[in-house]
Amino acid sequence: MDVTRLVSLLLSGSILTLVIWLIRAGRLREKYALLWLFTCVVIILLAASRRILETAAVAVGIYYPPSLLFLLGLLFLLLVNIGYAVTLSRLSENNHKLAQEVALLKRELEGLKKP
Amino acid sequence: MTSNNGTGPMKSLVIIPAYNEETNLPFVLKDLQGFASDILVVNDGSKDATEEVARRSGVAFVSHPFNLGIGGSVQTGLKYALRNGYDYAIQFDGDGQHRADQICKIVSQVESGQADLVIGTRTLPEGYKCGFSRKIGSLIFCLLIRILTGKRVADPTAGFRCYGPNAIRLFSIAYPDDYPEVESIITASRNGLTIAEESVLMRSRQSGHSSINRRKSAYYMLKVTLAMLVDAMRDKIAWRES
Repeated sequence: MDVTRLVSLLLSGSILTLVIWLIRAGRLREKYALLWLFTCVVIILLAASRRILETAAVAVGIYYPPSLLFLLGLLFLLLVNIGYAVTLSRLSENNHKLAQEVALLKRELEGLKKP
Repeated sequence: MTSNNGTGPMKSLVIIPAYNEETNLPFVLKDLQGFASDILVVNDGSKDATEEVARRSGVAFVSHPFNLGIGGSVQTGLKYALRNGYDYAIQFDGDGQHRADQICKIVSQVESGQADLVIGTRTLPEGYKCGFSRKIGSLIFCLLIRILTGKRVADPTAGFRCYGPNAIRLFSIAYPDDYPEVESIITASRNGLTIAEESVLMRSRQSGHSSINRRKSAYYMLKVTLAMLVDAMRDKIAWRES
């Protein structure tokens, strides 16, 4: 086993450990956990065997296999980010509604306390 | 639509969105005396004593736990109006630019049921002065509104407005966050509301400065233009069912 492979296996293994630890600690919700677990598995598979990447690269007509890796990585990050933007928009919308609701309810409460 | 199903006179609410307006608010509230029956100050997470000023003056007020922007403030006011059975609402700036004696002008078409949303087009006794870039911006908005809705609106960025029952219901569901004036015209028009304009006299600013400075104006133009286009692509809102 060459050094590159060892390092990449160690790296991907530690990412998996981190994800599992975050899920266990309740800091990563199951909804997102599944995605990250899946990602870890893919990374480990790619690190373990050069053949997978090479076969895949040749199959789609890419001559330099690492390019496929970068492409997939970038695409993945892009999609995850769009997902975050959607979540963020929803959260800020909810936040907005909550703030308005708090303001209106506080007013009602003060009205109830007065008489 | 006339008065609340024919039972008694129409109830109106003056909504004052206020962010750090402790100096202007007493003046605004004094100006409104005799021109408004019910007033609601929407304190938008002010860092100064705006809430205290409102409390001491005895008018109704609500306070956002943090700053939501002018759009959120107006919407809170409209939600309050909806929940408390008001027939129409008037948006009245907290910085003293709007004149209480002009309220009757923008209210009349809503009261008679001719319009759902009336915009107070700004005029000054000596003519409303504004910078060149602002004129260009306004012109672009007018053109966009024309293209997207087929309607002519002379002063789409004016914030002195009267909302009828339909507008209150629609905007309680959907009202833009920041820079809402222009975008809300599209929302209103696309959802079947009748929009009218009425010339109103303005006052020059008491203190503070416009929320839109030169640096922000480019962003403002882009954001509003984009928001208008997005709004025009959206599905209609089922506000009648609510």
